[in-house]
Amino acid sequence: MARVLIVAEHDGEQLNLSTAKCVSCAMSFENDGIDVAVLAADGQAVAGEAAALEGVRTVLRIDHPTNEVSLAATWAPQIAALAADYSHVFGPSTTFGKDLMPRVAALLGVGQLSDIMSTPDGRVFQRPIYAGNAIVTVEAREDRSVVATVRTASYPAAEDTGNATIEARTLDVELPTHTRFVAQRGDTGSERPDLQTATRVVSGGRALGSPDKFQMIYELADRLGAAVGASRAAVDSGFVANDLQVGQTGKIIAPELYIAVGISGAIQHLTGIKDAGTIVAINKDADAPIFEVADIGLVADLFTVLPELIDTLSS
Amino acid sequence: MQKIMVCLKRVVDYNVRVRVQPDGSGMALDGVKMAINPFDEIALEEALRIKERGEATEIVAVSLGTHECRQQLRTGLAMGADRAILVETETALEPLGAARILKALVDRETPDLVLLGKQAIDDDNNQTGQMLAALWDRPQATFASEVVLGDGVATVTREVDAGLEVIEVDLPAVITTDLRLNEPRYVKLPDIMKAKKKTLDIVPSQELASGTERQFTILKTESPPARQTGVIVSDVAELVRTLTDKGLL
Ligand SMILES: Cc1cc2nc3c(=O)[nH]c(=O)nc-3n(C[C@H](O)[C@H](O)[C@H](O)COP(=O)(O)OP(=O)(O)OC[C@H]3O[C@@H](n4cnc5c(N)ncnc54)[C@H](O)[C@@H]3O)c2cc1C
Ligand SMILES: Nc1ncnc2c1ncn2[C@@H]1O[C@H](COP(=O)(O)O)[C@@H](O)[C@H]1O
Repeated sequence: MARVLIVAEHDGEQLNLSTAKCVSCAMSFENDGIDVAVLAADGQAVAGEAAALEGVRTVLRIDHPTNEVSLAATWAPQIAALAADYSHVFGPSTTFGKDLMPRVAALLGVGQLSDIMSTPDGRVFQRPIYAGNAIVTVEAREDRSVVATVRTASYPAAEDTGNATIEARTLDVELPTHTRFVAQRGDTGSERPDLQTATRVVSGGRALGSPDKFQMIYELADRLGAAVGASRAAVDSGFVANDLQVGQTGKIIAPELYIAVGISGAIQHLTGIKDAGTIVAINKDADAPIFEVADIGLVADLFTVLPELIDTLSS
Repeated sequence: MQKIMVCLKRVVDYNVRVRVQPDGSGMALDGVKMAINPFDEIALEEALRIKERGEATEIVAVSLGTHECRQQLRTGLAMGADRAILVETETALEPLGAARILKALVDRETPDLVLLGKQAIDDDNNQTGQMLAALWDRPQATFASEVVLGDGVATVTREVDAGLEVIEVDLPAVITTDLRLNEPRYVKLPDIMKAKKKTLDIVPSQELASGTERQFTILKTESPPARQTGVIVSDVAELVRTLTDKGLL
């Protein structure tokens, strides 16, 4: 029977929501137990959070000084060592999981499935290809373990009503020293909702024209309690940082409400919002492809309607 | 540094809107425009810039696939690669198979750096570079937006969900590119002519590696479910009203 190991994503203090989504994916097919591996310098807090996820049986806590930072080169051999007891090894399809899981699979000598969206039985899987223009159904071989990344936008987060056992493990694995962490730069400590988990998102495109004008997107987002996103063109133009990019090569999100302002709707952008509940588009070109997917469209100049909208929502 | 190996995959041009075959057997690719995977073009551009700075002496472009991949290799040579290798295979490779072949090539060519795209925009796998690094037992720096070479090391800025991460790797290493690493140059006509004289070796894949057969059986290919057609509102007031009616405000 199937036994699933999930690699926890965390920042040393908190479990990332993507882990709870991997647990939901594992719970969607029949199995003999779901375990979560927490690699950290001191994994106490994170292991505690993982143990509270409904559906998890055991949390394996692997404390090691090297695990303070998550480098694929040092984490992959540890996960590969744990994998022997499992038929399935899952990680999230975030940049963390995409970096790590192929390295794990190659060490195990098996293929890897990226971005799984559904599985009836843990053997047959659906995943998007061609920027989401098509969905393939693939079958994995019975005689190999399945290593996969889970498309987090396709699954709800598992509840935190569980009570798994926490088990400390020491692994006898040689860890390479050829890869070293130097620094992390990012928008930490932002008061705004997180783009990947927000229920509302307002995104701006190239049409905003400058970082200054892009502030209007932030204003609208603040009125709605929404996270801010952007198209690749807006990021490339330097209006906002790279971690706000939505799309094939940015973040795949599934908010209840997505408002796209001055975004044309290139296929690579649309890939990122396929699972959004309601899509609103504001664009001055009535033929912009974004209107093909929008639930509500407003054909207008954003510089006229955005201030109006912000005003209306303020009162 | 001596040699950089760059991987160029032949894929459907990113501007083409590909469709699923009506019978669900795959994508309709007959007569569709093909190109170098955009991330791979960025990988080659980075290699060229490294060489132009005097930090490398040779760039080898590699493609795995059918005879037709010579087209993309010729483009790579015209951009400035010094020579090219086509590893010929008729069956479409999965990333593990591709990585096994690349590992065999790495053993033969002993590059100091291998540059790949972070993902091929056909299957969107995002795996091959990481797998090659694992099989080769060397560092990987994925999703690179800046690469700085030092003495036997590379300092790489990576685009990650939380922002940017900087890591240092010993060479030889595998680096995969993100979109903001650089903007690839255009190929000029005289370069296309010159490129015809450059070497393009063809190696049958069986000669290099085994264990390249597919591990996943494709059962069917479908179009994603279409979204329902929406409404067009005439002004901000109507927009706010519609959102309120839907319970979204
Ligand atoms: C391999 C690859 C991966 C990619 N990945 C991504 C990705 O992850 N995410 C992504 O977003 N893109 C991605 N792209 C880029 C994508 O193809 C588009 O180029 C990009 O999404 C365009 O951004 P945009 O809509 O902001 O700009 P544009 O396409 O220039 O659109 C601007 C829009 O604003 C409208 N407009 C202009 N002025 C006004 C005004 N005053 N009021 C209202 N509307 C106005 C215009 O009508 C137009 O529709 C990728 C491309 C490639 C090749
Ligand atoms: N058949 C191939 N030929 C050349 N390079 C390839 C091939 N397959 C994968 N690659 C390289 O690996 C990268 C990642 O591909 P993938 O893992 O398939 O998304 C691509 O951007 C290429 O650089």
